[in-house]
Amino acid sequence: MRKILVTLLFLLFGTSAYADCNIKSGSINILANDFPALRTFVETSKQCKGSADFKVTHSSEHNKIAVPALTANPSEFSARIAANSSIVPLMNQDLIRPLDDLVKKYGKGIQDSQLITIDGKVMAVAFMANTQHLYYREDVLKDLGIAIPKTYEEVVAASEKIRASGKMQYPYAAAYKAGWNLAEEFVNMFIGHGGEFFKSGSAEPNINNAKGVATLNMLKKLSELSNPDYLTHDSEAIKVEWESGNVALMTLWASRSGTLLDDEGDPNITKATKLTGPATVGGGNIPAATLWWDGFTLAKNRPDADAEATFRALAHAASNKKMVADAADQAVWLVEGFVPGPKSIGVIEAVKMGAKPYPMLPQMGLMHGALGSEIVEFLQGKESAEQALKDVEAAYISKAKEQGFL
Amino acid sequence: MPNKTFFWFFLPTGLAMILFIGLPIISTGIQSFYAQHDQVVKEVKKCDPFGCTVSIVVDNEETSKIREAKPLGKFNGFGTYTDRNHLAVDEIKKFWNETESFGAFVDQVTNLPFYKALIFTLTYCLFVTPNVLLLGFIIALSLNAVARKIRGPLIFGTILPMIVTPLVGSLVLFWMIDSQGIIGANIQNLMNDPYLSLKSSKTLTWITIIIYGIWHHSPFAFVVFYAALQTVPQEPIEAAIIDGASRFQRIKHIVLPHIYPVVTFVALISLMDNFRVFEPIIGFSAEGSAQSLSWLIYDNLVNEEVILFGSAAATSMMTIIGIAILLAPVLIRTWKEFKTAR
Repeated sequence: MRKILVTLLFLLFGTSAYADCNIKSGSINILANDFPALRTFVETSKQCKGSADFKVTHSSEHNKIAVPALTANPSEFSARIAANSSIVPLMNQDLIRPLDDLVKKYGKGIQDSQLITIDGKVMAVAFMANTQHLYYREDVLKDLGIAIPKTYEEVVAASEKIRASGKMQYPYAAAYKAGWNLAEEFVNMFIGHGGEFFKSGSAEPNINNAKGVATLNMLKKLSELSNPDYLTHDSEAIKVEWESGNVALMTLWASRSGTLLDDEGDPNITKATKLTGPATVGGGNIPAATLWWDGFTLAKNRPDADAEATFRALAHAASNKKMVADAADQAVWLVEGFVPGPKSIGVIEAVKMGAKPYPMLPQMGLMHGALGSEIVEFLQGKESAEQALKDVEAAYISKAKEQGFL
Repeated sequence: MPNKTFFWFFLPTGLAMILFIGLPIISTGIQSFYAQHDQVVKEVKKCDPFGCTVSIVVDNEETSKIREAKPLGKFNGFGTYTDRNHLAVDEIKKFWNETESFGAFVDQVTNLPFYKALIFTLTYCLFVTPNVLLLGFIIALSLNAVARKIRGPLIFGTILPMIVTPLVGSLVLFWMIDSQGIIGANIQNLMNDPYLSLKSSKTLTWITIIIYGIWHHSPFAFVVFYAALQTVPQEPIEAAIIDGASRFQRIKHIVLPHIYPVVTFVALISLMDNFRVFEPIIGFSAEGSAQSLSWLIYDNLVNEEVILFGSAAATSMMTIIGIAILLAPVLIRTWKEFKTAR
């Protein structure tokens, strides 16, 4: 209710309260993923659109649209809100433009740390950070005298204890949906084991080793403590499981904490839901998690005037102290003036613990795709870990050959 | 109809078919023989909010030069068709030489993505098509026998599964078979096994999708059969009744031969549709346990951040060939009958 009121007030007074950035011409069309923080970000940039056209497409299918839409000339979108992984296909196909001149001219409030530079050129401006970390039910852990888990081994032990107590049948949850989500969990766990996906300096795969096997075994242990339907559960599904009180330990995106902890749902569960940093695994000291940034990029195949208008509007949001103060619990903003709140613990802990960013490599998407489909049979108990890893490498190699990486 | 009239009638359709079906297939065929150029990569420094690293990027200047020279890509011949993700010729040879028993060989082969998908697709066709024909025919017969007054609403109710969008239909069933859904929870109670999940077991997922397929496709068979039943002449049936033929004998010797061409038609369409099974896999989030050929194409085009046009094109061509092989017996038979009829 409070949220609706705030939004209404925002609509009534918000628009007049902000000065626009005096944009006189050009058209702005933004493609972005769909979660609350990005909606806030785009809304903020809209306040400064001036007399420019302003359109936005929020879609969870943004990855499928982006490359074809930006390949067209002129491109459908003038800007794309991307992340570490989704900027790669845009770079591979040369679809986004360097932003150095625009940053110099209009990027006054943007901090240097927000700039994504590749080969010395600014290719994107980041505005928020994200990672997957642990959520736990304080009441359940306290009742059973379990300490807050710091490693995945402790997560397994805690989950087994909860199951044995009869409180919950499937105490653990993570987004293990076959495909992108499952592959992302593998990436996290593999990095937690200190793994490198490719042999140094080449695109040759490097996952069929002891670290890969350990990663798979840990994923399997966790999956056995999850709802048996885990292969169909994405982030949204496990969020629902959590809100129904079926789960006591969960690995989930930091950006989902906002909706997880909102006023909807059982207040007792919401009250007992606590956040902590990502867990480590296998005695490693870096967390089994990857750091992500979300930032904006500008399409190359679009007139300079549009790029300028778009940049000015988005830069207004990417340096907006009022936005990060008002929406402090929606995301971990990288914008100056952000004061981290209780919902930011996960990301901040991850950075402190030295978490690695998701690998921004041109061939990483192919590896991610191969992982998503080839490790399923291992989790189902139909093949050995070694065979699954062999399959992943073989599937990756065929794709990488077709794509010219090998 | 004189040939000339037929030609002018057919011309607009024919042109549209060439333009929207023929040419795209040819273009897909050409695409399937090409792979991407070798990627020119270079080492650069990358900085983001979490720090700087030295790693590789695609060298766009060099790459665009090569691309301009040869926009289609690198000629790969049947390379994409024979690689591991498609026909896997080398792998199969290797398995044949290395494995000791035939069972182990089959295990290895069915572990390859293309064959895995092919087996699911064929299983789906094999179970769904005959059942759709049978169920559609039975429904048509029964509806043909009920009083005219209630036939209208009954027919409407029967074709509902076809009206419901495939994705919506499969999603509804997906929620019902959830371990907390009405069907899933009841099966768990019935079997007394709290760990039983229709979604996590491969066999049960296949069965669910097949049952969904039968449910979704039967109305089509029913509608066509029902229409055909209206054309069955009454005189031979009455004569048969007088001769003391049972209901089953009448259907077997009079009704079935009469509507036989329609059965062939429904079988053809059904086979073609079922070979392209796709929506239920997405609707049931069954990618983990069931992959079809169409799903492989989809996966190559959208699931990766790097789009694999060559792979998708090769799988598309093989799907077309697969359908042609499946339909061949029926088509040959129809052709023979057509010739003898003349």
